[in-house]
Amino acid sequence: MSKALSDRRKFILNMARGVGLATMSGFIWSAFIDEATAAKLTLRPPGALKEEDFLKTCIKCGLCVEACPYDTLSLAAPGDNKAIGTPFFIPRDIPCYMCTDIPCVPVCPTGALDESSVTTNEKLDINVADMGLAIVDEKSCVAFWGIQCDACYRACPLLDVAITIEYSKNERTGKHAFLKPVVHADACTGCGMCEHACITEDAAIKILPRDLVQGKAGSHYIKGWDKEDEKRLENAKEIKTVTEISKKTAVDSLNSNLLEDLY
Amino acid sequence: MKKLWNSYRYLFFRRFTQISLLILYFGANAWGWKMLQGNLSSSTILGVIPMSDPYAALQMLAAGATLATDLLLGVLVVTLLYFVVGGRAFCSWVCPINMVTDFASFVRELIGMNKLTGVKQPASRKLRYWVLGLSLIVSAIMGLAAFEFISPISMLHRGIVFGIGFGWAGVLIIFLFDLFVLKNGWCGHICPLGGFYSILGKFSLIRVKHNEENCTLCMKCKVVCPENQVLHMIGKKSLPVLSGECTNCARCIEVCDDDALSFSLRSMAQNKKTGE
Ligand code: SF4
Ligand code: SF4
Ligand code: SF4
Ligand code: SF4
Repeated sequence: MSKALSDRRKFILNMARGVGLATMSGFIWSAFIDEATAAKLTLRPPGALKEEDFLKTCIKCGLCVEACPYDTLSLAAPGDNKAIGTPFFIPRDIPCYMCTDIPCVPVCPTGALDESSVTTNEKLDINVADMGLAIVDEKSCVAFWGIQCDACYRACPLLDVAITIEYSKNERTGKHAFLKPVVHADACTGCGMCEHACITEDAAIKILPRDLVQGKAGSHYIKGWDKEDEKRLENAKEIKTVTEISKKTAVDSLNSNLLEDLY
Repeated sequence: MKKLWNSYRYLFFRRFTQISLLILYFGANAWGWKMLQGNLSSSTILGVIPMSDPYAALQMLAAGATLATDLLLGVLVVTLLYFVVGGRAFCSWVCPINMVTDFASFVRELIGMNKLTGVKQPASRKLRYWVLGLSLIVSAIMGLAAFEFISPISMLHRGIVFGIGFGWAGVLIIFLFDLFVLKNGWCGHICPLGGFYSILGKFSLIRVKHNEENCTLCMKCKVVCPENQVLHMIGKKSLPVLSGECTNCARCIEVCDDDALSFSLRSMAQNKKTGE
């Protein structure tokens, strides 16, 4: 039985072992990367591609980090629970100050920070940046209690555009007003100046990645009162769906399997 | 003294280069120096000349990313650089992990670990090419540059340059692995970046050359070489080291007391003669 393996057999076995090991390691490797890039709560520098493409494109060089004069950005280290090596910021610590010359974007060698996404009329325009969206927690924001605070409103680089103050009557006292901050999703850049300025113990206004907080109505809803939106109807095609209706009578259907199902 | 300098001169220059590069990168982040900004994945010299890791770019390509012009230019610069100085010159002159694995290898010899495990290595040095291939496959499947998310090299380098956490664990594992499990385990067997540069090194210009007439067969070179399979011609034939796995660390040159090894330029004629 102790016959030596033939060369051919050895070769085949070795190949099989190689392929087997490679497949196994491949799966472990993939699973690890899947985990390592799963962090959803990561705020990216201005002009970042959408997360999936960003992770694909960013080479983790940190040139954006070095370019930021406010030390806003850092690269994720092991233990940060973020996709390792990629740039992010935590607005409560240091927000993005929305530099008008956006130094962090043009230095990016890979286009992971896309200049064209922060450009209007061929000029860099930080106001169209989209790093996230500010969300107010009405439970902890003291302005909603009736206490006057407009820290976030005043901190906002797009004051009166991205945050406005809504006045309403304080029925509890009968003689005071609520001065409530309201964020406008179309204008907010997610810079986090508001979160940074918020006076509550844990910020009552927080920046979250947009896809985490924003929904989508679906293209079949059209605002009939909005001329622009109505235009979408012009190219609309009729779709007919037919549902086959059962020919049986209701009694048939009731009698069919009912008893069998019960017993 | 002269002798000491003679047999460690390249080692000194290598450490000097490795550490200076780290300081320059660190200074760029900490004090805004302009010499060398970024990190080993991608950087600029004086804010003008781009440099990018070609292996990272290759993974990005496999992952289906669009490669920007700046990135491609950087890849070209780095590829040309290592085409001249020897592919794995990156390993022995730049890579920070090299200091870790060299240290492991030094301690290994010191405590007599090599005697315990014997000369026969239990793993193939071809493994790195498998890891290299696998990294590209995983990149393609996951749509992400696979090695860049686990690379202990980038983790260590980023950790030092940006003053963030390093993944000490990864570095320690490599050190212990090299020390107790496999001689030259990481750099000589597994690291796919080393594998990538080995392939580039097959074509590069600066090579170590052996002059058999001077050789006294002391075999000191084979003992210090981290990739001693590339020195198969020692005492047999006057040949340049043609394998890309040679890291151009020049340890063999400096330990040779008989002037039997030196740097040379690869000439095409030589290649033809030896059939490589
Ligand atoms: S816009 Fe300015 S503050 Fe904001 S991340 Fe870029 S460089 Fe930093
Ligand atoms: S500059 Fe671009 S590639 Fe470099 S870390 Fe920043 S986003 Fe990534
Ligand atoms: S994140 Fe806050 S401060 Fe920045 S634009 Fe939005 S609302 Fe204004
Ligand atoms: S083999 Fe890899 S870790 Fe070792 S020195 Fe080369 S690149 Fe660095």
